Amino acid sequence: MNLEFLIGQIFNGVSYGALLFLLAGGLSLIFGMMRIVNMTHGSYYLLGGYVALTVMWGGAPFVVGILAAALAIAVIGIGEWNAFLKRLSGQELGQVLTTMGFALIFQDLGLVLWGGDPQTIKIPASLSGSWEIGQLFFPVYRVFIVGVAAAIALVLWLVLEKTRLGAMMRATVDDPEMARGVGINVHLISMGVFAMGALLAAVAGVVAGGFVGVYPGADFEILPYAFVVVIVGGMGSLKGALVGSLLVGLLDNFGKALFPELSYFTLFAPMAMILAVRPTGLFGRA
Amino acid sequence: MISVPRGAGRATAIVVAAILLGAPPLLAPYMLSLVTQALIWAMLAMSLDLILGYTGLASLGHAAYLGLGAYSVGILTTRHGANFWVTLAVGILLAALGAAIFGLVALRATGVYFLMITLALGMVVWGLAHRWVSLTAGDNGIASVPRPRGLPWAFTDTLSFYYLVLVAFAVAFVVLWTIVHSPFGKTLVGIRESESRMRTLGYHVWLHKYVGFVIAGAAGGFAGVFWAYYNGFVSPADAELATSVEILLMVALGGRGTLYGPALGAAMIVLLKNVVSVYTHRWLLILGAVYIGTIVYAPEGIVGLLRDRLKERGRVA
Amino acid sequence: MTRQLIVTVLAVLVLAAGTLPSAAQKGPIKIGVIAPMTGGAAQAGKDMTNGLQMWLDENGNQMAGRKVEVIIEDSQGQPNVALTKLQKLVERDKVNVLVGELFAHIGYAMAPKVDEYRIPMLYPVIAADDLTQRKPAKWVVRTGWASSQPSHPFGEYAAKTLGYKKIVAIGIDYAFGWEVIGGFQKTFEENGGQIIQKLWAPLGTTDFAPYLSQIKRDADAVFALMVAQSSLRFPKQYQDAGLKGKFPLIGGGTTFDEFVLPSLGDEAIGGMTPLQYSAALDTPVNKKFVAEYRKKYGKVPSYFSETSYTSTRWIAEAVKVVGGDVENREKFLEALRKVEIPDSPRGPVKLDAHGNPIQNIYIRKVEKKDGELWNTVVHTYPAVSQFWKYNPEEFLKQPVYDRNFPPCKHC
Repeated sequence: MNLEFLIGQIFNGVSYGALLFLLAGGLSLIFGMMRIVNMTHGSYYLLGGYVALTVMWGGAPFVVGILAAALAIAVIGIGEWNAFLKRLSGQELGQVLTTMGFALIFQDLGLVLWGGDPQTIKIPASLSGSWEIGQLFFPVYRVFIVGVAAAIALVLWLVLEKTRLGAMMRATVDDPEMARGVGINVHLISMGVFAMGALLAAVAGVVAGGFVGVYPGADFEILPYAFVVVIVGGMGSLKGALVGSLLVGLLDNFGKALFPELSYFTLFAPMAMILAVRPTGLFGRA
Repeated sequence: MISVPRGAGRATAIVVAAILLGAPPLLAPYMLSLVTQALIWAMLAMSLDLILGYTGLASLGHAAYLGLGAYSVGILTTRHGANFWVTLAVGILLAALGAAIFGLVALRATGVYFLMITLALGMVVWGLAHRWVSLTAGDNGIASVPRPRGLPWAFTDTLSFYYLVLVAFAVAFVVLWTIVHSPFGKTLVGIRESESRMRTLGYHVWLHKYVGFVIAGAAGGFAGVFWAYYNGFVSPADAELATSVEILLMVALGGRGTLYGPALGAAMIVLLKNVVSVYTHRWLLILGAVYIGTIVYAPEGIVGLLRDRLKERGRVA
Repeated sequence: MTRQLIVTVLAVLVLAAGTLPSAAQKGPIKIGVIAPMTGGAAQAGKDMTNGLQMWLDENGNQMAGRKVEVIIEDSQGQPNVALTKLQKLVERDKVNVLVGELFAHIGYAMAPKVDEYRIPMLYPVIAADDLTQRKPAKWVVRTGWASSQPSHPFGEYAAKTLGYKKIVAIGIDYAFGWEVIGGFQKTFEENGGQIIQKLWAPLGTTDFAPYLSQIKRDADAVFALMVAQSSLRFPKQYQDAGLKGKFPLIGGGTTFDEFVLPSLGDEAIGGMTPLQYSAALDTPVNKKFVAEYRKKYGKVPSYFSETSYTSTRWIAEAVKVVGGDVENREKFLEALRKVEIPDSPRGPVKLDAHGNPIQNIYIRKVEKKDGELWNTVVHTYPAVSQFWKYNPEEFLKQPVYDRNFPPCKHC
């Protein structure tokens, strides 16, 4: 194991972690902050990819695809929240089953509307190819993913920690009654947080879609990964989600490179072990 | 002491028992097969109900015990020619052991965290089934699992095997019913309602949850044994996440905390998956709607709905 | 309460009555199809049923004068559902023959049951080697291929024609992957080549970076076995890792098959793989098949479609031989095993003594024609059996290809 190998693997681990953060970013808000077990998260991701595909097939560029997906899925998320989820706070079982029901419906709808052929999102030429540095290759798209993840993390942090809106959001999520008491429109804010979570999932679906592909089953494939990141990092903590995704990305990457025999376990065994020691996750609050 | 439900409940129970005993010879083998399947899943759903319905612990990894029980049968029968009693004992014990180990980890958490830890542990069992190829044959699965050996009958035909499963179901039901109506079971319910209160009253909360968790796992393994014999085949799919979620749905749909509710829920889901999918490829949409509809319209499950209706008519169930 | 009781009892009786077996009659020929119609493999299932339906549509939906009735059941990609549907098709619908399925483990699950029922079932897609080698089933008629079948000639081709000496193999870590790579390794090494590294990625791997970064730099080429979604991702990641220019990419047929090819881009160009079919196969029969399929279903047929199409014809040929008397199952099975089709879209096909097709294996190269990607055929190995050039008895003495067989002596 030389330095080059190490650098290469670290970059891979970090960029995979960035991908995971994209996947988990939305869930970190919905699950982490609002404590809603959202099995539909995977569907937001997949549908976001499909919406972007449709828009791009119509000739629109990549960026428009991302925006369209974000908008469409935010609307769907708001719908699901308003009609069903807002009445189920605190009821994990109800949340799991309701969101699972939506996930199944969306999966089948996806099959009906877009067919089952696996698709890729054509990423812009400016983001294709790789940068060669010495013997190492750094694919531009992976760097892009790291960039997007960092940008989203930054924006989320700024909004949540540095703005009044963010303060209201945190208050609403921590203690809705008190928040209502001080005049915060809890209903609107909660809806907004949920919509943001769905939106982020959709953006992940498009950005990750360029890397991973868009196909039936992707929704349920990414779901355990997203949950792992939020759990390991600790719920209710954006920092936790960030650290969690980097940690999982690096662990998974090095695990597969060094111990390929254990590849099915490099994700879930560490999760179980971390939870065994700290049931609320690394940075979680109870 | 078995406490029998009074009034309308008792009459329904007798009718159901009569149908389960007497109707099968009239049914076509395919339909009877579905009923057998429903009974096996009913056992599994009831085992989850012990911790979900009665103790208030929602587990997303319960299929792991189905898997442990099923693989016990698969490995022991195809490679060591083991008879029924051996496979039954090993299946139950292995599942209990799994629950004993997992319980130590999982019960450090509650609520959502418990959900997630059990999910992870369930995935670990699934991963093992995939990985430990020399033992489990990996993703190819174990085929040609024979029907139970060492019993007075061969159980190779649908009807006789149905009765075997019916006996198993009756045993599982009686055992679980006795447990939940015993002082131990009542304590579990108390824990579900308020852990802190039980602790102040002097109950060892963790120990009760742990024992309940292990019993639920063992009961899950029990169902898994019959699942393997029923299919004649075992694969990692038996322990996957989707299966765990489905068991949750069965409990919720039927009505948690009742035992017979989850049994009913299991029957409905089995019928839905196998019968509805014959008439439309869009059965997933229907299943999804059932998931949602259950929570929206019948949060206490079908049993809860029926109970409410009976109460309205002035009769207490 | 009493009313509810009566209703319940009536309902049960109606249900029971509705399921009583109906009297047997000599009506249409019933074909039961089991395939994944929902879930991740749904499109492959659709490709299969499309191929089947197309043949029937082209031939007046009849065989030897009897009408054909097709009953399609969704296995949902799960073994226990497939088994239940199997029972339904056989016991309730009283089908005369079964076709279908995709996944190897479901194939293994169904085989003993099919033998128990004594009903013929065609496996057009399931490729698990042992189903026609060490664990054969009497009533299973494999009309598709065996996993290692295309790999055997390709190993020779890679060593002798392409001149590769050292190859790194990377595949999905399950039985299909092991068998495809195992077959390649055997013949490649017998022809002077060396597999210097074997990397296995678990099912569902999204990021191949940890594996790509380990590829030994002294390789001449990389052999990749990918399926479905992994086929979608791999070439791009391979190219982005800077490997495409350095190490030519070859692989198993499913790495670049027509199922994923329309969704791949220029990164796939140059990839060479073996398979018993290519949509670019330049024969009149195939060109017509591809054109018709494209007109009807809007896409180029994948091997799933071709094999299902040919399997339907296969059934028809057997029905012709028994004069429409499919009810005599033993004779029907015998006829199925003896079918020879000289002009299927994939070329001539017939079964060997162990029940697996002897067919052409095409060495294909991904090329761009008129803005589309096609698997151009660059070489044909005619009449290849699952045992390649080996004596079947000798071949069967070796264990089935798995993760550790053949052992990686040069790793």
